[in-house]
Amino acid sequence: MGTTAVISSDICYHCGEDCVDETVHFDDKSFCCLGCKSAYQILDESGLCSYYDLDTNPGINLKNTKHRTRFDYLEDKEVVDRISDFCDASRLSLTLNIPNIHCTSCVWLLENLQKLDSGVLKSEVNFLKKELSLLIDTNHTSLRDVVEQLVTIGYEPEIRLEKLDSKTEKAHQNRALWLKMGVAGFAFGNIMLFSFPDYLDTSGSGLGGNFHLFFGALNIILALPVLLYSSSDYLKSAFAALSQRGVNLDVPISIGIVALFSRSVYEIVTMTGTGYMDSFTGLIFFLLIGRLVQQKTFHRLSFDRDYRSYLPIAVNVLNDHDEEYSVSLDKLEPGKRMRLRNQELVPCDSTLLSDEAFMDYSFITGESEPVTVTKGERVFAGGRLTGNAALFNTEEKVTNSYLTKLWNHEAFQNNDKELKLTTFADKISPYFTISVLGIAFFAGLYWLQAAEMDTALSVFTAVLIIACPCALALSTPFTLGSALNILSLNGLFIKNHLLVENLSKATSIVFDKTGTLTENESDTITFHGTALSEEEQNWVRSACKNSIHPLSRKIANSLSSSFLHQPNHFEEAPGKGIYADFGHSSVCLGSKQFLAEKGKIDLSKIPLFNGSTVHLAVNGKHRGFFGIQSVMRTGISELLNSIKTKFSTYLLSGDNETQKLAFSDYFGENGSLLFNQKPQEKLEFITRLQDQGEQVIMVGDGLNDAGALKKSDFGIALADDVSSFAPACDAIMEGDSLNKLHHFIKFSQQSMNIIIASFVLSLLYNTIGLGFAITGHLSPLVAAILMPLSSISVMVFTFLTTRFFARKGGLDIWK
Amino acid sequence: MEVMYLLIGFSLLVALIFLGLFFWAVRSGQFDDQYTPSMRVLFDDKKSSPKKSNNNQNHRDE
Repeated sequence: MGTTAVISSDICYHCGEDCVDETVHFDDKSFCCLGCKSAYQILDESGLCSYYDLDTNPGINLKNTKHRTRFDYLEDKEVVDRISDFCDASRLSLTLNIPNIHCTSCVWLLENLQKLDSGVLKSEVNFLKKELSLLIDTNHTSLRDVVEQLVTIGYEPEIRLEKLDSKTEKAHQNRALWLKMGVAGFAFGNIMLFSFPDYLDTSGSGLGGNFHLFFGALNIILALPVLLYSSSDYLKSAFAALSQRGVNLDVPISIGIVALFSRSVYEIVTMTGTGYMDSFTGLIFFLLIGRLVQQKTFHRLSFDRDYRSYLPIAVNVLNDHDEEYSVSLDKLEPGKRMRLRNQELVPCDSTLLSDEAFMDYSFITGESEPVTVTKGERVFAGGRLTGNAALFNTEEKVTNSYLTKLWNHEAFQNNDKELKLTTFADKISPYFTISVLGIAFFAGLYWLQAAEMDTALSVFTAVLIIACPCALALSTPFTLGSALNILSLNGLFIKNHLLVENLSKATSIVFDKTGTLTENESDTITFHGTALSEEEQNWVRSACKNSIHPLSRKIANSLSSSFLHQPNHFEEAPGKGIYADFGHSSVCLGSKQFLAEKGKIDLSKIPLFNGSTVHLAVNGKHRGFFGIQSVMRTGISELLNSIKTKFSTYLLSGDNETQKLAFSDYFGENGSLLFNQKPQEKLEFITRLQDQGEQVIMVGDGLNDAGALKKSDFGIALADDVSSFAPACDAIMEGDSLNKLHHFIKFSQQSMNIIIASFVLSLLYNTIGLGFAITGHLSPLVAAILMPLSSISVMVFTFLTTRFFARKGGLDIWK
Repeated sequence: MEVMYLLIGFSLLVALIFLGLFFWAVRSGQFDDQYTPSMRVLFDDKKSSPKKSNNNQNHRDE
């Protein structure tokens, strides 16, 4: 058995990977597998070979897609209706999420899809969102054909259950913001032009008086849409806050806006002055720029995913004639026979119909080793099948399964975290508003005694105008927007800019083990005991090759042997071990108990080991054991050592205690290393910490951490591929960036300091302006210079300082 | 100086046209995705509408 491995230095023309196992030659080009070759053939036939010119070897490796997902369910009218954006007799438009989009060639190929399938009328890629929008002529082709075509060329769309449940609204709210900013910018530019003559020529002698009125009227006309349309968000928000008897930062801003506008209209109408329309529109313009900056979102990431986006949209079910067809999950009834293949998820609680299967529950429970399940045993939703395909009998509907119940548990539905978030600016705004009103009132009162009513009123409004905290309002979005940007360049994607404050206040950090501190898919296997000869290695490997248990496979892969023997006799005790007889010799591999029962071997004197062990006996004699240890991510030990002194660190794992020793050096005394934790216990642990007044960062990766991530003050979901599924969280972090966590926290603290510094800066401007206002010298020219100057200098200050601190802290600021 | 009224009227008109174009651009989705178009620039004129691709096909057939 086994193919002869031709080691060659060929590189696959399609996907660019080394052709390790076999090389397929076609058209003078080498391919690593048949999948890549057939993808090339399809593109070649349709004249789409410039795919290979735009980027070198752009293709997606097709070696691992042995079992094609079946898309029968896309024939189902109801399913199509629910996943499409628009659908009528002949047209169908929908948006597919394609995680494999990664380069220019991908965009080009997908946008030329009509050459592969003439029924595609329009295809458009959004690279950042990794989405493909399609318009299909259903008379010429079907959605299923298009999707299957996509799969053959390597772009399998990800169609998840959540798509069935709710139609995701197309996000167009950003458009309104652009429009508002456009209106404000337009008015700002034009009003500045019209106001310019007034600044140069205060006596008005150069131009006729009519021009004065004409420009004034134009200014009012131009400023009206800015007040009614562009600034509406601020006015509405201030009104809402006041009607709830609260004061947020929008209140003083709105007071300033209204004062500016009405004072200007009054001056223009009574012809006593030129008004401050340029300051007014400029202010709104800058404020809206600030909004746009803070609205930076990470489109390809979703932070609020729940179990529904973890599960596939359909599974393969067998009918009475043993024919496979696919059924969408919401129609999956109990009592169906369902066939799952390697790496597929169990969508609902089921029992196993095949003899044996291996379930990987690491995402649900945190256990690092797959569990062996035998015929008739129950498997729980969310487990991932590893190894051979297996048949299951469904027991519950998806909505009644373990995973769903776990998810819908009350404690996991903790959503009030975001409501509590307020910016520093919002916190001080009541005091700010009161003091501004006080100053304005007393200044007005003073001038009422010193001069007449007119002056008093103008001073009163001047104070309100100049104290409008627009620089204050800009400092938070610009600092945090800039910080978010820098953090995302370094692999930490935060959901919302307000959450940076939570990160900066952290006092404890809680880690999950499996998949967080350790890497998911790489284990080191070492043999401890008397060294094996080459012949013995051959036997062990041959024995392992006969077993489909994941541990056997790992051991087989770790051994190098040239020849495989066929055992005369082979037996396997599910979940315990294997025994192979090669005639002249025998090999026994498995747990301690298995060896003790099978080989009557005394195993009392075995050194301790941090990790799982598989014991080996050759010819009835114990030779040692294979130690399997999950590998820690790079830089983790340095990270844990450096944060140990500043923060209290904890390890919460759903796994067993075998690796306790490996981690005990990095964490504090007893109580900070907890194993065998259920999801609910993890959540309670976080709650206990918070009750002790700690600000908790939780770093986890699986669904078993979901509750803890939600409960913690700052939940970080770790993902090796950021667009893959991550539980609901506040931030998603790339696996490689975890070792920079302490830099991130430090940088977030510095960002908060920058905000305070820019507050001081903007208050300084306000004080200078107040000096002008109280003394009654606030001319439109002073306002027109001072107000944009303060806004722009705060923007520049925050931008430069965040970059400075990021560079100092060793973070990338440019990519 | 009365010509100023006319000139300002014109300048406002031009500015309004640009504002209108900006509105059109935003509404037609040009500000929704600010990254992918920068990649499309690299495609030369090989990306063609269905009509054009038919033309190409004809040329090849001839």
